[in-house]
Amino acid sequence: MSWWSRIANGLRGDRLSREIDEELRSHLEEAVEQGRDPAEARRAFGQMLRLREESRDVRLITWLDSLRADAVFGWRQLMKRKVTSAAAILSLALGIGACTSAFRLIDALLLRPLPIAEPERLYALFRQGIGPDGRYRISESNEYPLFRQMRAAVKDQAELIAVSYGGRTDLTYRSDGEMEKAYRQYVSGRMFSSFGLQPTLGRLLTENDDLEPGKHPYAVLSYDYWATRFGRDPKVIGRSFRIGDDLYQIVGIGPEGFTGTEPGTIIDIFLPTMMNPGVTHSDWSWFRTFVKLKPGVAAEPVRERLTAPFQAFQEERAKGFKGVPKRRVEDFLHQKLLLEPAATGVSHMKEDYRASLAALGVLVALVLLIACANVANLMTAQATARSREMALRVSIGAGRRRLVQLVLVQSAWLAFLAAAIGGLFAWWSAPLIVSMINPTDNPARLLLPADWRVLGFGLLLTVGVMLLFGLAPALRASAVKPASALKGGEDLPARRRLMHALVAAQTVFCFVVLLVASLFVATFERLSNRPTGFSADRLLTLETVAKPAQSPLAWDQMAEHLRAVPGVETVALASWPLLGDQFEGGYISVNGAPTSNALAAFLYVSPGWTEAMRIPLRDGRDFHPSEMYPGFALVNRTFAKEYFQGESPVGRLFERVSPDGKRLPFQVVGVVGDACYDDVREPIGPQAYLPFRWVDAKGDVRPVESGTFIVRTSALNPVALAPTLRHEVSRASPEFHVNNIRTQLEINQSHTVRERLLARLAFFFGAVALVLAGIGLYGVLDYTVLQRRREIGIRMALGAPAGDIARRMTVNVFSMVFAGAFLGLAVSFAAVRYIEALLYQVRATDPRMLAFPALTILVAALMAALPPLFRAMRIDPARTLRDE
Amino acid sequence: MPKPDSLQGSLDLLVLKILSRRSRLHGYAIMSAIQAMSGDVLRAEEGSLYPALHRMEEAGWIRAEWITKDSGRRARLYELTADGKKQLAAEESRWQAVTSAVNRVLRMA
Repeated sequence: MSWWSRIANGLRGDRLSREIDEELRSHLEEAVEQGRDPAEARRAFGQMLRLREESRDVRLITWLDSLRADAVFGWRQLMKRKVTSAAAILSLALGIGACTSAFRLIDALLLRPLPIAEPERLYALFRQGIGPDGRYRISESNEYPLFRQMRAAVKDQAELIAVSYGGRTDLTYRSDGEMEKAYRQYVSGRMFSSFGLQPTLGRLLTENDDLEPGKHPYAVLSYDYWATRFGRDPKVIGRSFRIGDDLYQIVGIGPEGFTGTEPGTIIDIFLPTMMNPGVTHSDWSWFRTFVKLKPGVAAEPVRERLTAPFQAFQEERAKGFKGVPKRRVEDFLHQKLLLEPAATGVSHMKEDYRASLAALGVLVALVLLIACANVANLMTAQATARSREMALRVSIGAGRRRLVQLVLVQSAWLAFLAAAIGGLFAWWSAPLIVSMINPTDNPARLLLPADWRVLGFGLLLTVGVMLLFGLAPALRASAVKPASALKGGEDLPARRRLMHALVAAQTVFCFVVLLVASLFVATFERLSNRPTGFSADRLLTLETVAKPAQSPLAWDQMAEHLRAVPGVETVALASWPLLGDQFEGGYISVNGAPTSNALAAFLYVSPGWTEAMRIPLRDGRDFHPSEMYPGFALVNRTFAKEYFQGESPVGRLFERVSPDGKRLPFQVVGVVGDACYDDVREPIGPQAYLPFRWVDAKGDVRPVESGTFIVRTSALNPVALAPTLRHEVSRASPEFHVNNIRTQLEINQSHTVRERLLARLAFFFGAVALVLAGIGLYGVLDYTVLQRRREIGIRMALGAPAGDIARRMTVNVFSMVFAGAFLGLAVSFAAVRYIEALLYQVRATDPRMLAFPALTILVAALMAALPPLFRAMRIDPARTLRDE
Repeated sequence: MPKPDSLQGSLDLLVLKILSRRSRLHGYAIMSAIQAMSGDVLRAEEGSLYPALHRMEEAGWIRAEWITKDSGRRARLYELTADGKKQLAAEESRWQAVTSAVNRVLRMA
């Protein structure tokens, strides 16, 4: 209890002292009463003050008490200069908040291990090699029969787990078929036991659910989904739902905190892999393979053991590749297996955003450093003003440590207040940024836990920041020489050097941030303005399914219905929209020549599609409605160049060679301009547009299950027409059902989400960095003018022109700015190659790119310098000299 | 500063013993008791008594209470706690051990 009472005594402030005083006084009175001489008694007492202080020291913890006194003093110092303190705290808060926010994102997406047992033993299987389009790539998809063989091959060393890609699906819990959407994933039954997970309710999937295709219609809900969708209702076990034609029964709820193995996607429903129709297909690759090593087993031997069944499987498949060019077959067989650690999960979002988040992290760290430099300068300037106070403290006995503690406590106030506000900023901004990732119809979902890791980081950062901007000024302030300071307060040149060095550092950081920001903004600009070859203006895409599948004629009739809707200009049909993440490719052979190595992309369209998309016709003509059966094709310019050596292909034949060797002939009726198919970054590849038909293996026309209506509206905002069109589709024919309506603009923009995010955030932080650096410069110049006012007064009295005085005041600081800018240039050149992957058609060495940060810093510096210079000009020499 | 006839180290022991005999004394009374009972040989200085009292109070060996006397003045009275009794026994036995050891050396040497 004595510790506790000592702390309590410390906080009670004056009361303790008064109590002790009272006790001592009553002792004195008692002594006098007993007859002792008052004067003698008092003398015997010695110094009351010293006695009181000694008793007081016994009854509380001295260092805590001095800390408390410093804290109160520091608070009062802050309050004396409300504006500057507020500015300092806010700028620090922004820096600390942004850094913590970046950490939250980086941790949640890239660093945090999955909440499973022994995540360090989890690996993921990849294949690396040349893909069918001729480019090197690493792929993660697998085929189930191969998976079975591999699982058996390494049975004793590791467990293989199949996990499909998480995807959104329509499902319904009610018999009336009201649809809702949820994220589902097919997983191996033994995944849960391998990960050491326990169910919250009911049971989880087990090995017994991995036995027979289609015979295990059981589902496990994730805890998150159960809480939000069902409010943790325990009666959900045993209920069933329908996905497509399949009925599933819910058998259990997963553990809290487990949302799958894909950071960036939160899985709602886990289904056994056996329920996916892909388990029996050797050519469907639809899942990732995870490898959980048994204790004591290394990864490399396992990888080697897996190579044998993999190679055998590939060779077996290659036997059926009669139509594939030889070189591609070789590439296929040369693929190698890779085993990578997967303790933090595997997802596309991780790979896509790894570099971006790292770059952003560095940017916010630089902004924080600029803010710290500002506060350090502020404290150094204040130290000069307080040198007399410090000298007084030293002369009455304060040790160096005590003075350092005094200044550090004030820094601590700034840092912790900033951390409190910054914490709020981090709490608010991290989910905001996550919501900016991914287009609106497939938003990224990321769990952002606010636990000890984040808090620990925040605390560490705050303490680090505090020491960074507080320690140097504290040491300088405590190094005061009492005699000279008390005499008249001097302006130590060392102090000024420190401030100038900080200005230079700020300029370096500011330059780097501005350059990177302008690179990101330019990248986004170039990418989003890249000519796509078609016009997305006023274009609406209706992704539609027909149940049961309808004949192409029925689809055409539906298009007619839609044309009749008021506000619609044109309607065309396509199998899927351009840039819509779907792809079909094939190999081409012309005149019986060996199949070309270049992969061509195919799209099935109706006549008038090129017009609806505003793709210009270069040669020949569009489809006739009578030509809407297989055998005719439109090709793009690149196709003509690639396969016909640039000659006009109109009227000529080419053959589409399927992998099993079948050849389908097509006659070219026209050549259209190039349009982006699947990626805005890559150069446009050869494309052929085939009639909107579904042709099966025998070449017969089959009914079509899905397609997309491309609608150009006359209104500027096509979304307004969306509900009308959707309604019209169901009204005209109940077999058709519109799955998804997006504007073509949305689809285009979904390819530049990452660049937009980077551009926005970099721009924001670039502006912040500039403002902070400007404020810092202003502060330093102001301080310089203030300190040197005597000198200015004398010079003015001697008749120095205004320009001369201005030059003297600013030359030091501006030379620091220039030095900082050059250094910033050098640092940027060195650093830019790390972010090259994020840039598009911009180079850091481009003089136009470099001009922007240089000019902005110059302008900001000039603007920051003007007020102090005006103040210098207005100095009245007589008054200044008299004051000193 | 240690004095030739100072109570270095044994002030605690004396205070505890006195409080065990007579409970609820204020600082001055304790001082007079030490003086009286030792036959005026030992004298506790105020400068060392009060810090010692406060130290022992923090250690939990004695407990203090403010009371208002009839004259209207306030006084702080000290009494022994259970922990203090144990401490007293320990101190006493230590004192006996030390003094008997010193006596032995004086006889021997």
